[in-house]
Amino acid sequence: MNWPHKDLIGIEELTSEEIYTILDMTKSFKEISKREIKKVPTLRGKTVVLLFYEPSTRTRLSFELAAKRLSADTTALSASGSSFAKGETIMDAAQNVMAMAPDCIVIRYPYAGLVKKLAETLPCSIINAGDGYHEHPTQALLDMYSMREQLGTLEGLHVAIVGDILHSRVARSNVYGLKKVGAHVTLVAPKTLLPPGVDTWGVNVATALDPIVPEADVIMMLRVQKERIHEQYFPDEREYSYFYGLNKKRVERMKPGAVIMHPGPMNRGVEITYDAADSARSIILNQVENGVAVRMTLLYLSLGGNVNVD
Amino acid sequence: MWIKGGRLIDPANNRDEIADILIRDGRIEGIYPTAGTVPKGEEVIDAQGMWVLPGLIDMHAHVREPGFEYKEDIESAGRAAAAGGVTTVVCMANTDPVNDNPSVTQYIIRKAARVSRVRILPVGAITVGLEGKVLAEMGLMREAGCVAVSDDGRPVEDASIMRRALEYASTFSLPVISHCEDRNLAGSGVMNEGPLSSKLGLPGIPAVAEEIMVSRDVLLSGYTRVPIHVTHISTKGSLEIISRAKQQGIRVTCDVTPHHLLLTEECVKAYDTNTKMNPPLREASDRQALIEGIRMNLVDCIASDHAPHARDEKDLDFDLAPFGMIGLQTLLPSLMKIHLEHDIDFPQLLACVTRNPARVLGLEGGTLSPGARADMVIFDPTAAWSLTEEMICSKSKNTPFIGQAFTGKVVRTFVEGTEVYPAD
Repeated sequence: MNWPHKDLIGIEELTSEEIYTILDMTKSFKEISKREIKKVPTLRGKTVVLLFYEPSTRTRLSFELAAKRLSADTTALSASGSSFAKGETIMDAAQNVMAMAPDCIVIRYPYAGLVKKLAETLPCSIINAGDGYHEHPTQALLDMYSMREQLGTLEGLHVAIVGDILHSRVARSNVYGLKKVGAHVTLVAPKTLLPPGVDTWGVNVATALDPIVPEADVIMMLRVQKERIHEQYFPDEREYSYFYGLNKKRVERMKPGAVIMHPGPMNRGVEITYDAADSARSIILNQVENGVAVRMTLLYLSLGGNVNVD
Repeated sequence: MWIKGGRLIDPANNRDEIADILIRDGRIEGIYPTAGTVPKGEEVIDAQGMWVLPGLIDMHAHVREPGFEYKEDIESAGRAAAAGGVTTVVCMANTDPVNDNPSVTQYIIRKAARVSRVRILPVGAITVGLEGKVLAEMGLMREAGCVAVSDDGRPVEDASIMRRALEYASTFSLPVISHCEDRNLAGSGVMNEGPLSSKLGLPGIPAVAEEIMVSRDVLLSGYTRVPIHVTHISTKGSLEIISRAKQQGIRVTCDVTPHHLLLTEECVKAYDTNTKMNPPLREASDRQALIEGIRMNLVDCIASDHAPHARDEKDLDFDLAPFGMIGLQTLLPSLMKIHLEHDIDFPQLLACVTRNPARVLGLEGGTLSPGARADMVIFDPTAAWSLTEEMICSKSKNTPFIGQAFTGKVVRTFVEGTEVYPAD
């Protein structure tokens, strides 16, 4: 069976079966990274271009390693070193990249809309590595993979996503995905950080973290975007961490077996304390590890690999 | 010139009948039963099956000259207007330099007299440089030919300046046109704020950003007893505020754009920057309220908010592209579309672009009364056509209506009895 999607723009467009296909296949790709020779010839001769118009450490490295472990050729371009900085429109830049015949473009971009347009215009595969406040589908997939790996199932899980939901593409993609696989989601934030119309998302919304802590199987903390503080979404970091930070006291009140997640980068001391980030419940580094495997799966599927579930 | 057998629709005189109309020396000489005999030697235009309408007054357009001639200029805007049945274009002050002094006003008027097929009437700025700080020379601009004042595009933030502006403008009988937007609330928004903006990942402009300023301006108008015209309202809430104010006897008038009557925020889904405007396209319930507002005579005028932008400016991310779409050339066809889609009487819609803007701005025209200037349109109500980029007379082509089907087409446009469309 062929994978029906040329591109991955968002989790919104995937069915729950497709999400499970990705998660199931990821298991075997994860094994490759544990070998002594971490490379298979699957994508030999394929070219993957990484266009990163926003700073990224994890996602970019993760995609690059994923492509390389599948033997694809990769090249990465970031905004500061590209002609984007010289005023070339991104569409022109993308078309120039296309003229060099890549098989796949992985793109991170600060605004919504472009990734969708590229997917419609360019013949190669487009994988969204995060676009504005829209979606970050590979993050949600690696999050779901990690939850399932730790907790055995996704169905019926209670996942609390805490923090700046308003500006979070990670939250949006996770909400789409978790709803599709039958998990329950609670979004926790002060009202200023909840998106307009969140009541139509079909998830629980809470403004207090404490009552949610003992209920959740997963507590996913989102980064507080320090650069947005000037817009006065909350008074200061002290008050924020008092009400919405994950600290030792709250970790102790978590359900047995419940886990702590964070998409990174963390602001230790703001949304999460050292105790919490480094506690035994934390699966933050597992998320990173799984990120490579999930991205291997997606590159493989997007570049024409067969859907293969054992 | 004897125009024979057309359906004359003239809301100013409650006229809607098949009749002949005689034009002499640029004026309407008389209206006659169509059975009568045509004087010998008179040029005859057969208008059977056609509608003969007063030339449209578009009370809100951006002509972009001086300063942004790469987007549009007085000549190209005039051509677009003539092709859309618009014989009077009221142009906003956000040019470069800003039309905040009589020299710029005179430049526009002289240039228009030289190159424009249609009447171009400038609006002066309320404050110098549209900065919202110091009142502009309204009296001198009035003498130079401005027909109103407005800080469109950059609304006056300071309520005290707005109050003085109303009082001072009324000294010179200058209507004040207000673009109502609280720019702090609108923030970096680029579309209507709501579930859809959250889903698309685009920052939103809440309805309340408009409504809070509509409230302020209506209150100031009531307090100062100076009329105010609120332009391009887009929300149900704005209309409710205006409706209440009208009931209280406050002299507030308003206009809406054809695109807010025809489109909703759903159009933004494809991230086409031609659907990015300010105020943004709103929800279906807002559009419905505006339509009812027209039916109930709460909406006084319809204006295009013609806002040309060059392709390279619009060819950016939705977050970054400038606001606005062109609309002069599609004004009359859009009214027909509204008429057909929403079953509003055509004469009622026509009043919103003829009699009513003439009244609000105190302009001559907008009528087919005997003795009036012969600004007229002959309109074929049944012609079916689709808008293509090649048809657009404006220098800029930014409209989401490209590819859209329309019924009803402008056949001929006259300004003071002279044919200005089609071009010879």
